[in-house]
Amino acid sequence: MTASSIFWNVMFYIGVALIVLVAVFPFYYAVLSSFETGTQLFIPNYLPQSFDLSNYTSVLTARSFGRSVLNSVFVASVTVIAALFLAVTASYALARVRFRGRGLLLMTILAVSMFPQIAVLSGLFELINWLGLYNTPWSLILSYTIFTLPFTVWVLTTFMRDLPVEIEEAAIVDGASPWIIISRVFLPLLWPALVTTGLLAFIGAWNEFLFALTFTVDESRRTVPVAIALLSGASVQEIPWGPIMAASVLVTVPLIVLVLIFQRKIVAGLTAGGVKG
Amino acid sequence: MTTTVTAPGLRAARQETGLQQQRARAAFWFLAPMLLMLFFVAAWPLFRSIMFSFTDATANTIFNGQSEWVGFDNYLTWRVRDNGDIRWRGVLADPDWWNAVWNTVRFAFVSVTLETVLGLLVALVLNAEFKGRGFVRAAILIPWAIPTIVSARMWGWMLNDQFGIINDLLLQLNLIDSPIAWTARPDTAMIAVLIVDIWKTTPFMALLMLAGLQMIPRDMYESAKIDGIHPVKVFFRVTLPLLRPALMVAVIFRLLDALRIFDLIYVLTPRSEGTVTMSVLSYLNLQQFGDYGEGSAQSTLLFLIIAVFVVLYIWLGRVDLSGERS
Repeated sequence: MTASSIFWNVMFYIGVALIVLVAVFPFYYAVLSSFETGTQLFIPNYLPQSFDLSNYTSVLTARSFGRSVLNSVFVASVTVIAALFLAVTASYALARVRFRGRGLLLMTILAVSMFPQIAVLSGLFELINWLGLYNTPWSLILSYTIFTLPFTVWVLTTFMRDLPVEIEEAAIVDGASPWIIISRVFLPLLWPALVTTGLLAFIGAWNEFLFALTFTVDESRRTVPVAIALLSGASVQEIPWGPIMAASVLVTVPLIVLVLIFQRKIVAGLTAGGVKG
Repeated sequence: MTTTVTAPGLRAARQETGLQQQRARAAFWFLAPMLLMLFFVAAWPLFRSIMFSFTDATANTIFNGQSEWVGFDNYLTWRVRDNGDIRWRGVLADPDWWNAVWNTVRFAFVSVTLETVLGLLVALVLNAEFKGRGFVRAAILIPWAIPTIVSARMWGWMLNDQFGIINDLLLQLNLIDSPIAWTARPDTAMIAVLIVDIWKTTPFMALLMLAGLQMIPRDMYESAKIDGIHPVKVFFRVTLPLLRPALMVAVIFRLLDALRIFDLIYVLTPRSEGTVTMSVLSYLNLQQFGDYGEGSAQSTLLFLIIAVFVVLYIWLGRVDLSGERS
């Protein structure tokens, strides 16, 4: 090994270490802060110095936080199930059947997912009020469809396009109807894709903020992001940083675990839409 | 001889068209529920929002239909005063709006540029073979997995003027001599927002580009190595051109996302002149001040700007988003 190649090797690993440090440090620091109370919290420290659970107990005993978690789980689950249900049949048609205007339709669906959400806010507000859904979880389930549905359709279409034609042809020769082809032939093959897409859509719904902030008012109806954003003390100066960090850690750990378990599939799902071809 | 061959062939062809028709019909019914749903939650609300922008709707009149049609008054109108001065009014004559446009464009341009460059660097690192690569890839997924609101809060704490660890770190390294109120000062608020956004989104860019990099055949690099071509030249002549499609798609997605940014700014730097974007300003008009006419006019303008970007980008870049040509 020459001197310069050793130098570049060292530089490379320093770069790698820097990437990991920058990526992980903020969350590490949030965990660290969440275990600190009183004056301890307000002295910056880089290594763990205390292990005080009182921030967690204060967050978990505040009834509204548990309620927010339940709201988020309910809203995100129903949204994802509804989106997948609508998307499976639609993406079969988009991926497998040739018809005029298919490309245009796909582009339109993609365009909807890139919409600025604020552009539909007042119209959606009117619709939700008209349906009597204001300040209910259903207002969020309805409005989240605007980004989960195009996304699931888009990703499932790319997945389905890659399934071999022969399977479908064999089913057609056997006289299977399109519905049978979807439910008996494609669905079993699509499970991995459904899990990935569902998970990504779930994360999207779980993190959504603008609609949740607009369409719910009562503390008991809030979702987790709104609850964390609006968690405040008696005055602006008294932001309860300890409990905020504890709440942040609580809602983030499950997501990180899920993402790490499914990391390979998630990367495949994220790139399915764009990078192919 | 010919008849015996063509007759079954014809029948097969007729069966084929029948089958095609059956499939097309099925396709229609499969698409209908999704299209109906998208019509209700996207097209109709968008149409109504645009309609609101031509009325004087407020929080009190939005639902009872008492708001009046005012034409383009929310966008631009003028009145001649008694002394002959012309007074312009409406969103397009509002300095706050132009401030928000400038903030949004500035944010989108800087964040997407830096995220692309850094994302490419990280992707190149992850594309190399080294020990612990899986661990590094898992580590960079963490910022992406953290909800935006949570990361805004976490960084808000780290960037705190009195107790924040960033100030502490910079003070210890003697890079600054007094703590900076990152999120409160108008000149640093945008930097704070950019730091958080770049931290959170670079992993996403890196993963998209890594997928692109991994599709470049390894033997291309090997033959370049055998020919003794400098790695930097290989990067600009081989890697970058081949990565272009993946890069274009990633940049479009990010740009459109950056132009509509709302939650990070709303939570990290509330009420800061230096970071108010089009989405935030429109939201404040709609929800805080109940001015549905003006707020809708602003959201409609944002929609138009984004629409123009989409069309321009697809047209200029000839990006094959639908994958039809592959």
